Amino acid sequence: MLNYTIRRLLFAIPTLLAISFIIFIVLDLSPGDPTGNLPLTIPPEVREQIRLSLGLGEPFPIRYLKWCQQFFINEPLNMIEQWTGWTIGSGERLRVLSWSTRSPVVDLVVERMPQTLWVVGMSQIVAVIIAVPIGVISAYKQYSIFDQIGTFISMIGFSVPTFFTGLILIVIFSVQLGWLPSVYDTTHRVTDWNSFWVQVRQMAMPTMVLALATTAQISRFMRASMLDNLNQDYVRTARAKGLRERSVVMIHVLRNSMIPVVTVIALGIPGVFGGAIITEQIFKVNGLGQLLILGIQGADIPLVQTLTFIFAVLIVMFNLIADVLYGILDPRIRYD
Amino acid sequence: MPDGARGRSEPILEVNDLKTIFRTRDGEVHAVNDVSFAVKPGELLGVVGESGSGKSVTMMSLMGLLPMPPAEIVKGEIRYDGRDVRAMSPAELRDLRGGDVGFVFQDPMTSLNPVFTVGYQIVEPLRVHLGLSKKAARVRAAELLALVGIPDATARLRDYPHQFSGGMRQRVMIAIALACDPKVLIADEPTTALDVTIQAQIIELVKDLREKLGMAIIWITHDLGVVAGIADRVMVMYGGQIVEHGPVRELFARPQHPYTRALLETVPRVDGTRDARLRSIEGQPPNLAAHPASCPFAARCGHVMDRCLRENPARRDVGAGHDVACFWDPATGGLRDAG
Ligand SMILES: Nc1ncnc2c1ncn2[C@@H]1O[C@H](COP(=O)(O)OP(=O)(O)OP(=O)(O)O)[C@@H](O)[C@H]1O
Ligand SMILES: [Mg+2]
Repeated sequence: MLNYTIRRLLFAIPTLLAISFIIFIVLDLSPGDPTGNLPLTIPPEVREQIRLSLGLGEPFPIRYLKWCQQFFINEPLNMIEQWTGWTIGSGERLRVLSWSTRSPVVDLVVERMPQTLWVVGMSQIVAVIIAVPIGVISAYKQYSIFDQIGTFISMIGFSVPTFFTGLILIVIFSVQLGWLPSVYDTTHRVTDWNSFWVQVRQMAMPTMVLALATTAQISRFMRASMLDNLNQDYVRTARAKGLRERSVVMIHVLRNSMIPVVTVIALGIPGVFGGAIITEQIFKVNGLGQLLILGIQGADIPLVQTLTFIFAVLIVMFNLIADVLYGILDPRIRYD
Repeated sequence: MPDGARGRSEPILEVNDLKTIFRTRDGEVHAVNDVSFAVKPGELLGVVGESGSGKSVTMMSLMGLLPMPPAEIVKGEIRYDGRDVRAMSPAELRDLRGGDVGFVFQDPMTSLNPVFTVGYQIVEPLRVHLGLSKKAARVRAAELLALVGIPDATARLRDYPHQFSGGMRQRVMIAIALACDPKVLIADEPTTALDVTIQAQIIELVKDLREKLGMAIIWITHDLGVVAGIADRVMVMYGGQIVEHGPVRELFARPQHPYTRALLETVPRVDGTRDARLRSIEGQPPNLAAHPASCPFAARCGHVMDRCLRENPARRDVGAGHDVACFWDPATGGLRDAG
C-alpha cells in the first residue's frame, strides 16, 4: 500500500505539470492586462516598463518556465524559510506576484485558506454525520414514511442551487428570526467560550448551505449502497449466526456499504471547494472562493492561475486519497 | 433400520403443513407447498430433488431466514423441541439461530462477509451464544478450522474469505455452523464444492459429531451416493412438495413415485459417488405461479392418469415408515386410492 501510494504520488507530478501548462496557456490567451486597472494618467512608456518588470513581453515558453521556477522552486523554498527561520541561498528570489495587489500570491492564499478550510471541512463533517444515518435508515426501512421524506429532502438538496438555499436561510434565520448573522466577520478571533459561540453562529449558515447539497448526495448514495448489500448472502449468514439485527446492519452491512460511499465523499471534496465559491460570496466569507472571484474580476492572471492550479491539486490529491482509502477498506483490493 | 433404534425419542424439529410463497412483481411463486417432516436427535435426514424444487426455501423458512417481503410464510407449524418457532420473540429466535440450529448455506462464494477475517466470522457466534472471551473464542475458532480440515488453522484465522478457495470457504461455513455444538445442523449442499477426499472427510466428521453430540442433521444434496451412504431417511421434493419419503434402504429398494424412480434410473453407476448425481429428466419443471391443484409431476410423468390432472395426491403410507404422494401403484401398475 505504501509503495502504491508513493508510486501514485510520483505519477501525480507529471500530471500536475501538464495541468499547470494547460492552465498557463488558457489564461495567457485571455485578454487581461496588468496595467489595465492603473490610472489613465500613466504614460504608455511607463506601462511598458511595468509589463516588462512583471516578466511579460518575453516569449511564451520562457514565461512558462519562469513561472514554473517561481512557483515550484522559489515559493516552496520561501515557505521552508518562513517555517524554519533558515536562510537558503541569498534569500532573495522572485515570487509569483499578484498583478492587482503586488503582493505574493501565495501569501494571499495562505491568508484566505483557513476560512475556506473551516467552512468546507465543517460542512463535510456535518454532511457525513447527517447523511450516513439517513441513508442507513432509509435503506433498512425502504419505502417507509422516513424513506419517502428522506427522498423528498434529498431531491430538494440536489436540485436547489446553493445561492438559493443560502438566501432562503438568510431570510429565515437572519432577517426574520434574527438568530444568526448574515455576514461572516473574518476579523473575529476566538479567545473564550463567548467568542467561540459567536464563531459557531457565524459559521452555521455557510456550513449548512454547503452541507445540505453534500448531504443529499451522500445519503442517496449510502441508501443505494446499503440496499445493494442488504440482499447479499453474507447478511443471511450473519442472521443465521444469531446476531442481533443491529449488529447485522451496523457491522456487517454498514462496513461493506461504506466502501463506495467513502470513495464518493473523498472524490466530492474538491467539488465542495468549488461550491464554496458561491457560498462565500453570499455570506461574505473572505475565503479562497472570494479571492478567486476578485482575481477574475481584476484580470489578475497570476492569482487566478495559482488558485486554479490549487483546485487541480485538490482533485488529483483526493483521487489518490479515494483510491488509497478504497484499498484500506476493501481487503480484496491489492495494489501491488 | 437406524430409525428404529432412535424411534422412541421425540422429534427435535417438526414441521407441519408449511407453505411459503414469494410475492414478486411478476406474481406469486408458490415455492413450498404444505410440507411436513420431522427429525429426531441423532438422525440424518437427506433431502433430494431437482433444482428449484424448494429445498433451500423450505429450510430457510424454518429459521425465518428468507427476506420478507418478498417471502411470506402463509401457514404451517414449526416446532423446535416442542416450542413454536413462529411464535418466538426475536430474542428467542436469535438464541436458536447459530446456537441450537447451525446452518450451512448453499453458496460458499458469497455466504461469507468479504471485509471481515475468517477468524472474526467464526468467533462471532461463539461470543454471542457461548459468551466466550475474545481469546478463548479465537482458540476455539482455530480448533474448529482444524476440525474441518484446514491446515495451519491458527494463522489462517487472520485471512479474508477471498484468500480461501471455494472448497475451503465451504468448510469455513461448516465450521461456523458447528461452532456452538448445535442440536440441529441444516446443511444445504455442504459438499458440492469439495473434492472427493475432502467430501469424505467432512462426511466422516459430521457422522462423528452426530454420534458424539446426538446432533440431528438435515442434509440437502444432489448426490444420491452421499444420501445412500449417510442418511437414515430421505425425502424427495418436487415442485415445492414432498413427493416421497422413507427410510433410506426402503426408499432406494422400493421407490414408489415415478419421479423418484426416474431419479434413481438416472444414476448410471453404483461404484463411484462422483457420477451418482441427479440427471435431468425430460420435460419442464413445474409452474409455481399458483397453489398446485393437480399433481405437479403430471406433465412429465409416464404413468399419468386422468385423476392426476384433477387432484393433487396427498401423501399415503405404503408401510415401513415409507410414504408417497402419488395415485399410481408400481406393484399393480394401476390406480391406487389415496389415504
Ligand atoms: N427471492 C425469491 N424470489 C422469488 N422466487 C424465489 C426466491 N427465492 C427462491 N425462489 C423460487 O423458489 C423456488 C424454490 O427455490 P429453492 O432455492 O428452494 O430451490 P432448491 O430446491 O434449493 O434448488 P437448488 O437445488 O438449485 O438449490 C424456485 O422456483 C425459485 O425460483
Ligand atoms: Mg438450494
